[in-house]
Amino acid sequence: MKRLTAFLGWLRRGRTAVIGIPYLWLLVFFLLPFLILAKISVSEMETVQFKDLVTYRDGLLQLSIKLGNYVFITQDELYWRTYVASLKYAAATTVLCLGIGYPFAYFMARAKSTVQPALLMLVMLPFWTSFLLRVYSWKALLSEHGWVADLLIASGADQLLAAAGLITAPGKLMNTPFSLVLGMVYTYLPFMVLPLYGNLAKMDLRLLEAAADLGATPWVTFWKITVPLSKAGIIAGSMLVFIPCVGEFVIPELLGGPETMMIGRTMWDEFFSNNDWPMASAVAVVMILLIIVPLAIFNKYQAEAQEAGR
Amino acid sequence: MSRGTSAAFNRRFAIGWLAAGFVFLYLPIVALVVYSFNDSPVANVWRGFTLKWYAALAEDRELLAGLWLSVKIAFLTACGSVLLGTLAAFSLVKYRRFTGRTVFNGMVNAPLVMPEVVVGLSLLLMLVSVQRAIGFPERGMMTIWLGHLLLGLAYATVVIQARLGELNPQLEEAAMDLGARPHQVFRLVTLPMITQSMLSAWLLTFTLSLDDVVLSAFLSGPGATTMPLVIFSRARLGLSPSVNAIATVVVVVVAIGVVAASYAIARAERRRQLEMAEATRH
Repeated sequence: MKRLTAFLGWLRRGRTAVIGIPYLWLLVFFLLPFLILAKISVSEMETVQFKDLVTYRDGLLQLSIKLGNYVFITQDELYWRTYVASLKYAAATTVLCLGIGYPFAYFMARAKSTVQPALLMLVMLPFWTSFLLRVYSWKALLSEHGWVADLLIASGADQLLAAAGLITAPGKLMNTPFSLVLGMVYTYLPFMVLPLYGNLAKMDLRLLEAAADLGATPWVTFWKITVPLSKAGIIAGSMLVFIPCVGEFVIPELLGGPETMMIGRTMWDEFFSNNDWPMASAVAVVMILLIIVPLAIFNKYQAEAQEAGR
Repeated sequence: MSRGTSAAFNRRFAIGWLAAGFVFLYLPIVALVVYSFNDSPVANVWRGFTLKWYAALAEDRELLAGLWLSVKIAFLTACGSVLLGTLAAFSLVKYRRFTGRTVFNGMVNAPLVMPEVVVGLSLLLMLVSVQRAIGFPERGMMTIWLGHLLLGLAYATVVIQARLGELNPQLEEAAMDLGARPHQVFRLVTLPMITQSMLSAWLLTFTLSLDDVVLSAFLSGPGATTMPLVIFSRARLGLSPSVNAIATVVVVVVAIGVVAASYAIARAERRRQLEMAEATRH
């Protein structure tokens, strides 16, 4: 017992350093930058410097907050369309990832236990190879004479997509909403599959047997037992897909077109092309507001999962 | 339909779904590799086999300089992330209650999903403010590293935390009962049990850093162009066979590295479990 208290005492003495170092690091390099971002979004540009928010001159304390950027963002129709489009594409991607990923994770989790590690490895391996290069590869697959483009055109699927308004004209697949969502589903599918698999693989199969013994058909068992039990996995996976998709930049830039403007690209242009830092900051703040609720849900489930894992 | 045929149908359906999913995941990688051997300046028309794009890589100064810079940053990011991630994971698992734990947990997890454009812009604005005040740091390798470290810390913490959480605390207690000093408990019992997860975290953060475009674009300065930035600027302009060639090299190196490392980790794990079983039997 004395030794136990000694160990705990050692931990306690090291405690400040162990917690303090990463804590301080995150406060300085993660939280503080957001405060500065919020501050600059209401600052006025003075050629290359930002005007201070609070100035003190001649015994007068002055606070100047420029709300112009926010007023502009809420009134300009182009911005509205961009926000709505970002949320729409992110939601479509999430639904498609769930539709493809849930059966995928389910079949993985119910495969023979000897092949499961190999299947898991196969899902993770593309994740290890460059995301940028895999997105770039879709550009080739979907443009003229690309493998996938040829296949879709030969099967007549492009007519359907054009009729649905997902591509601008039959035969032209690149730089459309279709290519954008395809790229995002492709990139984020493993982020949906992995938490779902983790959840489904741990499920107590005796519950399913019990349901079957009580006369439930497999279909009823699936909807009444399996799906509700995997709720945590569904939420974690959906948030892991939805939140980064809202602010995605690389995929819309490489696979999207002029009519698929997303907020991440708008912000990038404000910053790199227009050099308007306060405006870019204001767009970023609005982006944070769009994802703050999903982010809170994600954090709550993440914390619960980590508690339960113990 | 009888029960037997329906089961067989279900099985075929499951295998078909998994196979289609894997084709979807691997098709772009296969296409990248195949077209890197294409003897045609028009990237999408096959004109026979060639290795000229690989030969051209050796001459490609811009890309090689970018690769070297990326590897340096990725190495430093991986080391820093594992160090900070281990501390963060320890804080979250071993010290159940401390002031601001919820905020800490939130800050650790947020970079996993936070759009990178937001993280990149805010970090840049802060570093620029600091630089104006004290003249340091210049935008370049160091600032890119700071950005990557933020992302790496989050991933490393999640990986190491998962492992620490499933450890049996009785092992540490047993070591103490047998007379080990606290730092010995940590060094001889806790650390060996989390080494594999630290290695996985190192590899993961290394590849993440090697691949990052957005954070690097915001945080890089003149003369600090990483490999993904070079690739991205070429990919924006259109298809370029040089990108396919470098992609194939990266894919092959990373695949070999990851498979070899996973194999080594799995073997070490099995050996450790055998030893553990042996030890508990006596």
